[in-house]
Amino acid sequence: MSNNSLTQIGAITSMNVRNMSQRAASSIVALIGIAGVVTVLIGVLSIAEGFRAVLEISGSDQVAIVLRNGATDEMGSGLTQEQTRIIADSKQALRDEQGPVVSPELYVVVDVPLKSTGTAANVPLRGVGPQAMKLRSHFKMVEGTNFTPGKFEVVVGKGASMQFSGLTVGSQLRLGNANWTITGIFEDRGSVAESEIWTDATVLQGAYNRGTSYQSMRVKLTSASAMQAFKDELSTDPRLNIRVFSEKAYYAEQSKILVTLVSTIGSAIAILMGLGAIFAALNTMYSAVSSRTREIATLRALGFGSAPVITSVLAEALLIGLVGGVVGMVVSYVAFNGVRASTMNFATFSQLTFAFTVTPALLVQGLIYALILGFIGGLLPSLRAAKLPITTGLREL
Amino acid sequence: MADESLVRLRGVAKDYKRGAETVHVLHALDLDIPKGDFLALMGPSGSGKSTLLNLIGGIDRPTAGSIEIAGIRTDAMSDGDLGRWRANHVGFVFQMYNLLPVLTAERNVELPLLLTKLPAAERRKRANAALGLVGLSERAQHKPRELSGGQEQRVGIARAIVSDPTLLLCDEPTGDLDRKSGDEILDLLQALNQQQGKTIIMVTHDPHAAARAKHVLHLNKGQLGREAAA
Repeated sequence: MSNNSLTQIGAITSMNVRNMSQRAASSIVALIGIAGVVTVLIGVLSIAEGFRAVLEISGSDQVAIVLRNGATDEMGSGLTQEQTRIIADSKQALRDEQGPVVSPELYVVVDVPLKSTGTAANVPLRGVGPQAMKLRSHFKMVEGTNFTPGKFEVVVGKGASMQFSGLTVGSQLRLGNANWTITGIFEDRGSVAESEIWTDATVLQGAYNRGTSYQSMRVKLTSASAMQAFKDELSTDPRLNIRVFSEKAYYAEQSKILVTLVSTIGSAIAILMGLGAIFAALNTMYSAVSSRTREIATLRALGFGSAPVITSVLAEALLIGLVGGVVGMVVSYVAFNGVRASTMNFATFSQLTFAFTVTPALLVQGLIYALILGFIGGLLPSLRAAKLPITTGLREL
Repeated sequence: MADESLVRLRGVAKDYKRGAETVHVLHALDLDIPKGDFLALMGPSGSGKSTLLNLIGGIDRPTAGSIEIAGIRTDAMSDGDLGRWRANHVGFVFQMYNLLPVLTAERNVELPLLLTKLPAAERRKRANAALGLVGLSERAQHKPRELSGGQEQRVGIARAIVSDPTLLLCDEPTGDLDRKSGDEILDLLQALNQQQGKTIIMVTHDPHAAARAKHVLHLNKGQLGREAAA
């Protein structure tokens, strides 16, 4: 493109933009429409992002989860006490002064009312071994104390205590056939554990008549690179019929269903709303072109080409898209980022607490969508402006 | 008219479709306009005056016939070439001035020069020179709404002459002005014709305006009538 063409485009575009104040109302309607679409798009996708973030930070490459062969999650798994001992004896398991850093765990889903609606929702009640806290590197008590092994005591994840009623330190919970005392609240950098209630695995076995069985076994390995050797060792042991996942891979797999679902629904909503926003943008740009018909015809009579006219109309539409997109980005960030909520984790059928996470990539995605909406909204009016016969345009008032 | 024509039309016809009906606006016109002429085109509404002006100016195309300006066939040009040709050879003066409201008088006059390769400083210099020629140097930084109708039309004329075109085409240039302002515009056009040698074709309803031209042509129902010296 020559400098001359750029000068023409720049001159006409700057005139268009300066004319926008005369079309403020319709420009603002289109801008709000696009901002709304971007806000919804980023908002919905930030749910998926938050969900993924929780499950991603929950997993470590150095921790293995052992399930019964054929099980894809803890709910469908079962391990005997004997099997957990064999697993704990693995040469790849990290050891400290208290022995191997492992946690045979039991997983039960219990009903607790949600604060927001008062309706009962599924919350995971996890029985853990004495070393469980060492398997979650960011685990710390933020209120009260840890449960006492052998007693009907529980500690509650910070996310669960925020989302569900009655999960405060000192409160009693009726779970199964027993009353449990909440002794503390813990956090784990927002991981999936924060959506759970924890107790001593052996107490839980008794309360829920599980005998001496467990459902999963977490093992901290000597290093992340020991994972394959650990898998090989256990899978060739004839006493075991198990399946080994790295904790990271396990949670990545779990997040797939919801992330895909939310992303699909979010994108579908954004596309439908986007259609509405396109009509608003089209209307604005048609009225912009219509109010400037004589100006455009005059410019073309003077010798300005179609390309600068098309480009200038498109530039105005893109400007509306850009501003709408930026407004949507700011609104969605302020309104959603960090907002905590809980949703059903379809892999475990229990509630998972997460924070809406507006990432830079999502913001860019929202902005690109806004520009696409602006472009589509400006394309047809710009072509109309360029194709209208000059003599017809000059007769317009 | 003279042998050396600047504008040469042969068999020019223009039809419009109005629904199923075809309206014949111009019928096989032959016309020669010499360089340096000041021609007034008169005739009743719907006689085809503006259509003829638009065809000569290359913003419309004939249904039949040929149009040659300064030896160049304009009716056979592509849209892009015609646009470039207009930028170099034609200055338009419109009844409603057609100034861009967001631009100052200086920027309005500069517009046609954006189509040239002139640097910005030279464009401004020429725009101000053109404004000086129409007596509006002091109004260069005013926007159209800050000017009277007569002043707006002067800016329109400055814009039309700034690129030193071959032809000046004026469509009812005094049609929206009071008599005094109209006379000032006609004085200006006459001076441009007589002192600068500009070839001017002016459509008008007004015999008073037509009287300022060197020649008057009457159009009636798409056909040229008698030609008269003004």
